[in-house]
Amino acid sequence: MSDVVEKTLTALPGLLLSLDSQPGAAKLCATSRLGSLVRSITELTSKNVGEEMAEPPAGPLFHTEKPCHVRAIYCEMLGYEASFSYIHAIKLAQQGSVLEKRVGYLAVSLFLHESHDLLLLLVNTVLKDLQSTNLIEVCMALTVVSQIFPKDMIPAVLPLVEDKLTHSKEIIRRKAVLALYKFYLIAPNQVQHIHDKFRKALCDKDPGVMTASLHIYLKLIKESPESYKDLTDSFVTILKQVVGGKLPVDFNYHSVPAPWLQMQLLRILALLGKEDQRTSEMMYEVLDESLRRAEINHNITYAILYECLKTIYTIHPKSELLEKAAKCIGKFVLSPKINLKYLGLKALTYVVQQDPNLALQHQMTIIECLDHSDPIIKRETLELLYRITNGQNVSVIVEKMLDFLRLSKDEYTTIDLVGKVAELAEKYPFPYNSWFIQTMNAIFSIGGDVMQPDIPNNFLRLLAEGFDSDEEDRQLRLLAVDSYLSLLECDTSGLPQRFLQVISWVLGEFSFLKEGLEPADVVERLGKLLDDDAITTETRCWVLAAMSKLCGSSDALCKAEKVAHKYTSCLDTALRQQAVELELLGRDVDLRTRVLPQHVIGFCVWLQVDSSLSFLDGFVSDALARGAAPYKPPHQRQEELSQEKILNFEPYGLSLPVSLSACSLTDRQSPTALSLSSSLSGNSADPPLKAGSNLLKLEGVKRVWGKQGYLPEKQATEEALAQEPSSIFAPSHQQACSESQQTTFSTIVEQDQEKRQLASSLFVGLGSQNAPCLVRTVSQMSVKPTQKRSKTTSIHLTSAFAQNLSDSTSEAVPAVGNTEVVEASEVSSLSGGSGPLAQPSSQVERGLESDLPSRLPATLVGLLRSDVEELCSGESLSLSACKVFDADALVLAIFLSNISDSSIQEVSCLISSEQLKVPEMCSTFSVLSFYLNGLNPQLEGSVSCASQATQSFSLTLSLVDFIRPLPLTTEEYGKMWLSFSHDVKQNLMLLKHEEEDQLEAALTALKEKLCLHIVDVIGAEGIMACQLVSGRPCLLHCHTHGGMLAIWLRSPIADLPDCLLYHCQKAIQER
Amino acid sequence: MVAGSRPTSCRNYRCWIERLNHITESKTLKFALEKTTEDMEQQIIRETFHLVSKRDENVCNFLEGGLLIGGSDNKLIYRHYATLYFVFCVDSSESELGILDLIQVFVETLDKCFENVCELDLIFHVDKVHNILAEMVMGGMVLETNMNEIITQVDAQNKMEKSEAGIAGAPARAVSAVKNMNLPEIPRNINIGDISIKVPNLPSFK
Repeated sequence: MSDVVEKTLTALPGLLLSLDSQPGAAKLCATSRLGSLVRSITELTSKNVGEEMAEPPAGPLFHTEKPCHVRAIYCEMLGYEASFSYIHAIKLAQQGSVLEKRVGYLAVSLFLHESHDLLLLLVNTVLKDLQSTNLIEVCMALTVVSQIFPKDMIPAVLPLVEDKLTHSKEIIRRKAVLALYKFYLIAPNQVQHIHDKFRKALCDKDPGVMTASLHIYLKLIKESPESYKDLTDSFVTILKQVVGGKLPVDFNYHSVPAPWLQMQLLRILALLGKEDQRTSEMMYEVLDESLRRAEINHNITYAILYECLKTIYTIHPKSELLEKAAKCIGKFVLSPKINLKYLGLKALTYVVQQDPNLALQHQMTIIECLDHSDPIIKRETLELLYRITNGQNVSVIVEKMLDFLRLSKDEYTTIDLVGKVAELAEKYPFPYNSWFIQTMNAIFSIGGDVMQPDIPNNFLRLLAEGFDSDEEDRQLRLLAVDSYLSLLECDTSGLPQRFLQVISWVLGEFSFLKEGLEPADVVERLGKLLDDDAITTETRCWVLAAMSKLCGSSDALCKAEKVAHKYTSCLDTALRQQAVELELLGRDVDLRTRVLPQHVIGFCVWLQVDSSLSFLDGFVSDALARGAAPYKPPHQRQEELSQEKILNFEPYGLSLPVSLSACSLTDRQSPTALSLSSSLSGNSADPPLKAGSNLLKLEGVKRVWGKQGYLPEKQATEEALAQEPSSIFAPSHQQACSESQQTTFSTIVEQDQEKRQLASSLFVGLGSQNAPCLVRTVSQMSVKPTQKRSKTTSIHLTSAFAQNLSDSTSEAVPAVGNTEVVEASEVSSLSGGSGPLAQPSSQVERGLESDLPSRLPATLVGLLRSDVEELCSGESLSLSACKVFDADALVLAIFLSNISDSSIQEVSCLISSEQLKVPEMCSTFSVLSFYLNGLNPQLEGSVSCASQATQSFSLTLSLVDFIRPLPLTTEEYGKMWLSFSHDVKQNLMLLKHEEEDQLEAALTALKEKLCLHIVDVIGAEGIMACQLVSGRPCLLHCHTHGGMLAIWLRSPIADLPDCLLYHCQKAIQER
Repeated sequence: MVAGSRPTSCRNYRCWIERLNHITESKTLKFALEKTTEDMEQQIIRETFHLVSKRDENVCNFLEGGLLIGGSDNKLIYRHYATLYFVFCVDSSESELGILDLIQVFVETLDKCFENVCELDLIFHVDKVHNILAEMVMGGMVLETNMNEIITQVDAQNKMEKSEAGIAGAPARAVSAVKNMNLPEIPRNINIGDISIKVPNLPSFK
């Protein structure tokens, strides 16, 4: 920091001197103490002296005098600590006159941050000022509240701020709204109750207050657009009035009416109209109007235009508007103003996925932007190219990106772009293998050690696992080996550590593929790497690991041992271990041939992971025998920890049910002990995870044991490092796209030609035909592709319903006392079907009896179902539901009854679930994960009709709803039992001792409560099976002894046994 | 939120860092909370100045990313006036061109308040500059973009300052000054009467 200060200080005297000629400035310096402070600071030479200057000035004057605080602010601004003045600032805010208060508040808001302790002292002052009759004081208090008040101080001021919403002065109302918005941001729960007041603010007669409330609505709508669809009309009306110039003239900025307000509204409309045709239709007109009005050539109209474009491309598409919008994008892109060009590129990036033709239209501009002098523009252009990449142009685009990367110095850009290049290189079918290897090499050398660690990991995995054909894989690996060998020939000092690690791994693993290459040779070259002092210990580990893989021949072994010997006494444990392992391998020939079989392609072909770590069982049992504490899984440890806490700060609802956690502490055996017993029962090694394929898929499985033993340091090495990127590979890249890469031509015509060539290579494959179309003037608008389905499961029964119900009224038969039973089935998606989401089939029936279940549709009759429970009821509507357990789905039948005397109209029923999003619902895992968190997924909904206000209801789903019996024979059961890896065992107390056949009773209870299938009962043991609706099995084994029921659950899914156990326990207790 | 609105002077330039993040992202929030160390703040300012000052005249006024300002979601938007740089740091929900014009409004307001604003005004009236800024941007949200309105507010406060300075020991006049300070009511009612929002009928919020 000191250098900045010094620069500042050296700069200031000149500034002051030059200003002496200005009369006003001279007066300033003479009269103000700040002036003298500034002057004296500029005369200082070191920071230390500066700090002395910032010492409290003598005398009690400081406490009240305002200029002192301005001076303190100045000192802080320059980076000197002025903490002594904090308390005085607070005092000033508290006790001073209005004017001094202002300085005090300002100082406080600049000095203190949200978690500063002194802030507590301010609460009382703020409270007092909020109640003041002086407007300025209230304003100041509101400002400071919105600037620095932390979460836990909000309740103190909330009621007062809330009151200010009805203040007679609009400026106060406006500030209060913004303060509440701030509260909403940092503590949404605390302002839940005043959402209605936000609506009032939206309808406020002052446009300023309305504008302020839009901030809140933007945020609220972003979070849940569904709940605010009803406001669309209001926003459209407001925008119409603003655009139409209904606001007073002083809202105009460069004769554009309230531009910032317009932008805010457009943003809100975009959120509301997204993937919603009905809502979108409401806003087409006003959007059209906005586009039309925004024709004056000024910055701010372009700002509005840009928001408008974004909105048009976000909402449900309308071809006319899209056409106009496309023209507007042209205005941006072709503008000579660089800011507009930037936004044009951004807009193109946004829309190009929907309409690649737009990029084609502007291809020459894009090419020009690629060579623009501003790196920001270049970067944005590359982002655009990244979006339009396809299999045909990938090599050119990647080349452009790499060119940019070589010049870029910014770390952030490098990380981001390197990630993108790697993604592209892996994603597209490679033009040729050599291109892939070279691109990856370039990435490693440029991205160096700042790039995401998963890039080298993915690359190595790709190499190791290979693709479809063996020959291709062999070639790819061979290419990699070749290129790395030639790299090692040159100077390696500039290569990033990550790259060296990749090189050594590949050479260790695949160098045998190259014929005529002696392992000893490779070892020697790798050994040279170690001579470099700049190389880190992690990389050394990688190199040693590679060497030990190469020790097949005695020659290589000899060399490797020589190198490794140096490190056997190294201080770094990982490195030392690697070296010692290598030595050991050298001594023990048997071990070597067993561990390092010669010429096997890929380590993973023969590698079997013993996921249960059963080979450690002996060790574990020994340790247990010596009195070691049994292993506890992480979640159990967590529970214990949380129990040890004295105070519980978490809401109770979030923790696991108490009964479960309590018993898991006392009764449950540890999984390790279980796996021990499982191995004792003749199942010592788990079968390979994927018996079918000879390749082991390593995604998600952390590789701990490898060819040469324990490999933790390898994983660790891939984490983080840092070194300079180098451009060694620059020349080798030419060949990838040499046609378009020709060096400079002399004449302009030729340059143009070159650009066109580049364009044709860049935009190939984008249009409707693959041939490059350069002179494309006809703007061929393609209609936006279909929108994605809405992500939340919401069942709109509105349209179908309303139709039916209004039909019934048009018959003019007042349905007195009728029950209108509407069945709405849904939920094939709830249970894992990938079919269409929620097809509301509704039918209206009439009848006098209220026997709801009999009204179930024929397909659901006869299935197991829960009792019908009433969810909510109002004056005229009552809504009840029951769950029907279909074999492959959970069907929710909803009954709507008319309980009033008259017919009802415009019934709408809306069901949604925040927790169950569609993509997750495809698997029952999501359901499981909710139970793990102690949460039950809830369906929420609301029902309304013309004669009754909206009523909301909620329905909780439980794991039990998703469990179905699994019919198995005892043999099948036996086979499955052995193959499942996750198990839980627990003893449950059986309360009714007097019963004759405890087991029988317990099994029946479980069967009834949980829909389990009893497979067999043998003596005192019973086995049962069940499955989740998606077909994931879980097996139970019950055994009674002396009033206890020992339940043992096994399943291929990790958490299922845990969850199910909880329900078993409940079922037994409730029996 | 306005996390750090401190100007710093580097060479002859001044650099105003204004953070306009809506603290929705926890990362940004954390940053805003952890701005405790002066060093960090100074580092950000220095970095920003470094980035901004080396840019040519004929490049765009936006700067993206940068690890210090909180990653890809945030960007710097700056304007260059002679020896002064005005830099705003905003998140992706703000309109770039809109902010550029907001800076313009800010500068024009400064110009009106100080009558031909110069660097020294900004140095010697740091507090006033901050007050003007607070009228425009409150808690990170754009509050007022109407220059006349801002000046009205600031003038009302300045009037009070003058009268207070003049009276020193006359409380009666101070009281009247405070009373006179009632802001002039500008007739600016917009007719949004036909918005049919029936508050009691709306579904309750979650």
